Amino acid sequence: MGNISRRSLLASGGALVVAFTGQLPAAAQVTARTGPAPDELDSWLAIQQDGSVIAFFGKMDPGQGVDVAIRQIVADEIDVQVERVSIVMGDTARTVNQGGASGSTGVERGGITLRYAGAEARRVLLDLASERLGVAADALHVRDGVISVIAEPARQVSYAELIGNRHFDVPMQWNGIYGNRLVARGRAEPKRPGDYRVVGTSVPRTDIAENVFARHRFVTDIRLPGMLHARMIRPAVTGSVPTAVDEASVADIPGVHVVWKQGFLGVAAPREWDAIRAAGKLKVIWSQVTPPFPGNAALYDHMRAAKPIARHEPLKQGDADAAIAAAARVVEAEYEWPFQSHASMGPACAVVDAGSEAATLWTGTQKPHFAAAGVARILGLKRAQVRAIWVRGAGSYGRNDAGDAAMDAAVMSQALGAPVRVQYMRAEGTGWDPKGPASIHRARAGLDSDGKVVGYRFDSRGFSRTDINTTESDPAHSLAGQSMGMKLTPTQAFGIPTEPYQFPAQLRAWETIPALFDRASPLRSSHLRDPVGPQLGFASESFIDELAHAVGADAVAFRLKHLRDPRAIAAIRACADRFGWEPRIAASSRTPAAVATGRGFAYAQRGQTIVALAVEVEVNRTTGRVWPRRWTVAHDCGLVINPQGLRLCIEGNIVQGTSRALWEEVTFDPAMVTSLDWLGYPILDLTDVPGAIDIVLLDRPDLPPSGAGEGSIRPVAAAIGNAIFDATGVRQRRAPFTPERIKAAIG
Amino acid sequence: MIRHLVLDIDGQQHAIDADPEMPLLYALRDHLRLDNPRFGCGLGQCGACTVHVDGAPTRSCSLPVSAVGAARVTTLAGLGTPEHPHALQSAFIHEQATQCGYCLNGWMMTAAALLRDKPHATEADIRDGLSGVKCRCGSHLSILRAILRAAQA
Repeated sequence: MGNISRRSLLASGGALVVAFTGQLPAAAQVTARTGPAPDELDSWLAIQQDGSVIAFFGKMDPGQGVDVAIRQIVADEIDVQVERVSIVMGDTARTVNQGGASGSTGVERGGITLRYAGAEARRVLLDLASERLGVAADALHVRDGVISVIAEPARQVSYAELIGNRHFDVPMQWNGIYGNRLVARGRAEPKRPGDYRVVGTSVPRTDIAENVFARHRFVTDIRLPGMLHARMIRPAVTGSVPTAVDEASVADIPGVHVVWKQGFLGVAAPREWDAIRAAGKLKVIWSQVTPPFPGNAALYDHMRAAKPIARHEPLKQGDADAAIAAAARVVEAEYEWPFQSHASMGPACAVVDAGSEAATLWTGTQKPHFAAAGVARILGLKRAQVRAIWVRGAGSYGRNDAGDAAMDAAVMSQALGAPVRVQYMRAEGTGWDPKGPASIHRARAGLDSDGKVVGYRFDSRGFSRTDINTTESDPAHSLAGQSMGMKLTPTQAFGIPTEPYQFPAQLRAWETIPALFDRASPLRSSHLRDPVGPQLGFASESFIDELAHAVGADAVAFRLKHLRDPRAIAAIRACADRFGWEPRIAASSRTPAAVATGRGFAYAQRGQTIVALAVEVEVNRTTGRVWPRRWTVAHDCGLVINPQGLRLCIEGNIVQGTSRALWEEVTFDPAMVTSLDWLGYPILDLTDVPGAIDIVLLDRPDLPPSGAGEGSIRPVAAAIGNAIFDATGVRQRRAPFTPERIKAAIG
Repeated sequence: MIRHLVLDIDGQQHAIDADPEMPLLYALRDHLRLDNPRFGCGLGQCGACTVHVDGAPTRSCSLPVSAVGAARVTTLAGLGTPEHPHALQSAFIHEQATQCGYCLNGWMMTAAALLRDKPHATEADIRDGLSGVKCRCGSHLSILRAILRAAQA
């Protein structure tokens, strides 16, 4: 192990120990760099002068306490109190590209390298202490950042004394893969779960206190000297572009600028209100085009008639068709799910300061490293010349409108030679964000005389989930790029239900149909929380319920009869027990009461995470209103890092999932999306929120932690639909279950 | 059409020169850098921009700044401090309420007025009284628990 004097000072290393005060430097002061090297311990952890620890995390936290979980993991490995571990997230100059927020991998994947780094730092510090104290490392003990000789506890040395404010200068081995799959590790073995002290406890978030005392900063609060406020101008008819722009029409607005490049049109002004006024006042003549959409009333007819462009059969066992044909009984059903919007609380905002040699982006995106690459490309800069600094934006839930705002701000800043802040208006946040794709699911099963499934087919037909890619690294996948002539180049992707039902013969397949428009479309798809999971789960778990009912079986017993996975069985039993689920056939205890009550069950598996849900709903026969009164959730995501954070994350999934099941549907006419605000795109409100969500955490310290950000949203719609059937005897096969639809169905 | 206006915000006088039709939100955020009222919709539909105007919870995105006159404007920053927190501030921390937190201003400012008028508000009072405030992350239950906690404090 190297001599301490050789270890360079952190301060001389530049970026590592720079206090993040919210006073952000202008681009000119920022050294352009590609970010830290994954194969150096210093890229992951630093010990400051006072012995406190900074963890550098290449993902970000959208408000689910991922940062707290990472601090807990590091605190345990390095043996420092969690309050003394801080975190730097999502700044491309200071963190390695670990993929950003993606696929609920914040802890599952992102935590792996931080755990290894913490263990390696502890090992290095023990070696340094051994050298300093003249005692073998295995004769030393660490507690709260102080290393002491076991036999002589008074002989001790602190982390601060050993390496405070200096680099470790220790290599890590890494797998050479940037993004979610990146793993780097040192020589040290991490601790065993039995030795954790902080992991498994409910360490609180720190950002909430900042927010309630009006000290929290969002990306919308970033301002730079000389900055201009910008607003974008979108066509009223999809595909239409400006053919004439009358700059004189806004000449009376102080300091106004117009940026027009083919279909790209924006205005900017020193005052935000002036930019908004200019966007409303600018006279534009638009090209005449044929409105490209079928209109949402004809959506499913269009989808059924469309010619598929891709088909995949990811799960094929035996001859499902033959087994169904030979079965004693056949059940089939089709389910429909609409386009849905991210509809974040605030429309996206981004600030870009673009110079000829360097640019800085402040963004609320989930994937700042990829956004930096995209901004570099649209500006004609090298990747190393762009720094992205993530600052939390309004909730994201996938690729929302943040990536487009970053590109728009970059184009505007370069054109105007000034820092530019773009903030969208509500109509763009809801109308123009990338959408979760609409889909139709056809399920078919053959059952034997004992009520067991002998053959099963599940065929999805939808728009691809990735008309534009999910990483924001390519301008061709942004509104700005496509407005300036880049064509949509979609990847065909959908998915299949992943629940491991043991059907003797089965086929689970998907096919995609062409996007409704080939560029700058308000109906282009990209990832929306648990991409295609809620629609698949709605269809597949509603269908399981239909099968159980068809053979006169209890919904829980029927599932258990077809499952072998012990974790799935344990989760389903735990949920049913806690809920008080008495076996009976669905819809067998209906009453004519004005407010009917029913119960529903659903189950999901997402990656290694298993979720079972039971819900009791009220259905108001007069108004058609559905209220999920009481939920029980059994949740198994391996080792639990932070129980309170996990419970809140699950609650968020259930409530947002309820909103998507009951209310959410993008509407559109032939020209444009017409659901542009909270009236056109309603989400649930406080009167719709469940009375209680009872959560059973199935902690499995023997298993690595798996993602919790999305798994529990997947079965929500099916559980509610199944409960509506139990209450009314009427099956819901089209989401959302709005009061109008329910009234029409049961009236 | 630019007018000189003096605003009373959190007990301090602020002078700005602005278009009288400009919504109060932009006076607070853009002119004065008082950032806690947040732009959510600009349509009075979500509550993220809520401030109190002479005590009444008001959507600052939809109120012309010239209509404020001499009224007292209170923002989240005027509600309490870490040393002297409002019951809602303590309760939101205790319950770890909200996810992304962009909606938090709207809930706290609307709830503060509700609890002032109905100090022992019930769950039903809170559900009804705050049904016009939006949260997209689905953190409503933590918010509801926090407001109930403050009501019982």
